[in-house]
Amino acid sequence: MAFSLHGVHVPHRKNTANSSAVYVDPPKTVTIPMSMHIGAPAKPCVKVGDLVKVGTLIAEAGGTVSVPMHASVSGKVVKIADYLTSAGSTVPAIVIESDGEMTPDEALTPPVVDSKDSLIQAIKNAGVVGLGGAGFPTHVKLNVDPARIEQLVINCAECEPYVTSDTYTMLTRTEDMKTALEAFKTYMGIKHIVIGIESNKKAAIKSMMQLMKDTCQGCKVDVKVLPAKYPQGGEKVLIYHTTGKVVPTGKLPIDVGCVVLNCTTLAAIGSYLATGMPLVKKCVTVDGGAVKNPQNVIVPVGMSMADVFEACGGLTSEPSKVIYGGPMMGVTVPDTSAPIMKNTNAILALTAKETKLPATTPCIRCGSCTNTCPFGLAPAEIAKAYDRKDAVKLEELSLATCMECGCCSFICPANRPLVQTNKLAKVFVREEKAKEEGKK
Amino acid sequence: MSKQLTLSVSPHIHSGRSTWRIMLDVIIALLPATVAGCVIFGLRALAVIALTVASAVGFEALFNLITKKKQTIGDLSAIVTGLLLALNLPANIPLWQCVVGALFAIIVVKCLFGGLGCNIVNPAITARVFMLVAFGSMTKAALPTIVDTVAGATPLAPEAATSLGDLFLGLHGGAIGETCAVALLIGFIYLLVRRVISWHLPVVFIGTVFAVSFFLEGMNAVAALSAILSGGLLIGAIFMATDYVTSPATAWGKVLFGVGAGVITVLIRYYGVYPEGVSFAILLMNIVTPFIDSWTKHKVFGKGGKKA
Ligand code: SF4
Ligand code: SF4
Repeated sequence: MAFSLHGVHVPHRKNTANSSAVYVDPPKTVTIPMSMHIGAPAKPCVKVGDLVKVGTLIAEAGGTVSVPMHASVSGKVVKIADYLTSAGSTVPAIVIESDGEMTPDEALTPPVVDSKDSLIQAIKNAGVVGLGGAGFPTHVKLNVDPARIEQLVINCAECEPYVTSDTYTMLTRTEDMKTALEAFKTYMGIKHIVIGIESNKKAAIKSMMQLMKDTCQGCKVDVKVLPAKYPQGGEKVLIYHTTGKVVPTGKLPIDVGCVVLNCTTLAAIGSYLATGMPLVKKCVTVDGGAVKNPQNVIVPVGMSMADVFEACGGLTSEPSKVIYGGPMMGVTVPDTSAPIMKNTNAILALTAKETKLPATTPCIRCGSCTNTCPFGLAPAEIAKAYDRKDAVKLEELSLATCMECGCCSFICPANRPLVQTNKLAKVFVREEKAKEEGKK
Repeated sequence: MSKQLTLSVSPHIHSGRSTWRIMLDVIIALLPATVAGCVIFGLRALAVIALTVASAVGFEALFNLITKKKQTIGDLSAIVTGLLLALNLPANIPLWQCVVGALFAIIVVKCLFGGLGCNIVNPAITARVFMLVAFGSMTKAALPTIVDTVAGATPLAPEAATSLGDLFLGLHGGAIGETCAVALLIGFIYLLVRRVISWHLPVVFIGTVFAVSFFLEGMNAVAALSAILSGGLLIGAIFMATDYVTSPATAWGKVLFGVGAGVITVLIRYYGVYPEGVSFAILLMNIVTPFIDSWTKHKVFGKGGKKA
């Protein structure tokens, strides 16, 4: 690898890195939206009044690119309500009233896996999606010709400020990770496993080194310790820094022979293979200046943010923003009734001070945005082209390459809304293209 | 929860850099040269600086008022322009000319082009060149008041014979802020430490002037050294050429700008009708900056296969 990609030094604020995760008392109700992933929403297969236990299937995958949903508490289905996703679409959500027992479904048994196909099917049945953030169904990502996979890259970068739930996985769930890796080696013929991890996680690095030592039988293993520089965990950034491979614009990692899995995704797969318990609980980092006791907690999927904050001593002050995920790419919520999703790795209640922005001024052409963009894009130019509504120029500027990592907005002294503009510009280009298609 | 939560697009935290802070840093970096100028050239220099800065800010405020635009003087950029212009004027300049210069810089070069960030050329440099052409203001530079030498005109004029030491301390004729090399270098270091600018442009610019002068002076290192210490080179290379708005964004772009500006500076010094070429050189390079920018764009990751 000749150069390392640009990025920014974000404040780490990993206040919870050393806290062991705490199991919280089950909430009174959980709300499980049928869409916590990219792809078709799941289809409910229970009715109001049905009794469920932890792990009971409550919704079937709604298509190939979709995953099933499972009850995360034991109790009774009380409502199937409409739920507005942050992407703006309405999907059903199954509300379960907990009996407070958290009784696991006794019908659950470890899946029988004896081939690649049965492994993929098991991953689908586990309801696993990309837990690093995007929420793309993992079985779809893995359903490729195993001969094409040169490297399995495990994303342990966890580059977002505050978030430490992957660190928790790396420190405590190596058994689950190992189970999954062994299955991949046996049934997908994985020959090379690469772990990419940021240098600021000393204990986790040690733990991963040990894991690789234990897994190296018949397989090449690497632990790449990378600078703690955001966005180290961006998929294409990580692939480049761990393998030296460049994923071309518009292509997928598999096109260069890589599959990237987040470490917690891997652990979720391993845990299902070992016990048959699907993905129903999550370790979530609860932090931000407004939270009384910042910590990692293990909570059932579907528990409301408000309940989780309550379990962490409540909020000490009015937060100005509450977000899913880290502060660089996380999504704000209008109120704290929003549930914990499968791919929620953190919820943050940030104070006005933490989210303070400088005054917006005209672009002073300082060049910081383009000099910081990991992909060498020119956000200031993109903004100008978008102002002119120049779709051709936007394509020329490789707008589609933007991963919306936020480095440009973070660094911009004029506080230009660069990421926002890129998002809007992408929608604009898509619409223009659709119009073009329509004319033909 | 009573208060409405803010909904916004990520990122939700910011580096804390701001336009205001950057401008403030430039002003701070110019302070040593400002103080040195006042010491070397006396109270008259202070009057020129105060008047030019006040006019620059006043004109911008007035322009915003008349055109009903949002007031922008709070971003401090008008102070930077006023101060830079003043430091490029000789202390004995008629005061009314300072006002006209500030008017030209702020209204014609900056505001009429759309304000901060939209101007094509650097306002202070352009105003300096305008004044040079219109009033001949810069040809008879003031002499230091704290030394009783009769050094004649600026060291770039033929009869000059200033020692390197005096050049370094700024004890010779010239514009208020351009003579004291030590003060300018302190400002340069401050800007580097604060990461307001990168080293590329000033170092390449000054290095090029040194190299070309060295060559033209028949491999005379002392002459080349005095070439980089005299005239407006240091202040131009450190403070004017590095203006974000009118210089290239990428490191290679800055290198190209520096080489171009350096060569043009020396050529004008040796073959032009004016004794000093720095302003013209920067102005010319400002104009070609959009082209430099388009030649030196970063290669987009993953575009067309491989990364450079
Ligand atoms: S970082 Fe902001 S001010 Fe600087 S060039 Fe980019 S958009 Fe303009
Ligand atoms: S342009 Fe896109 S990829 Fe580049 S820094 Fe901005 S958000 Fe990140």
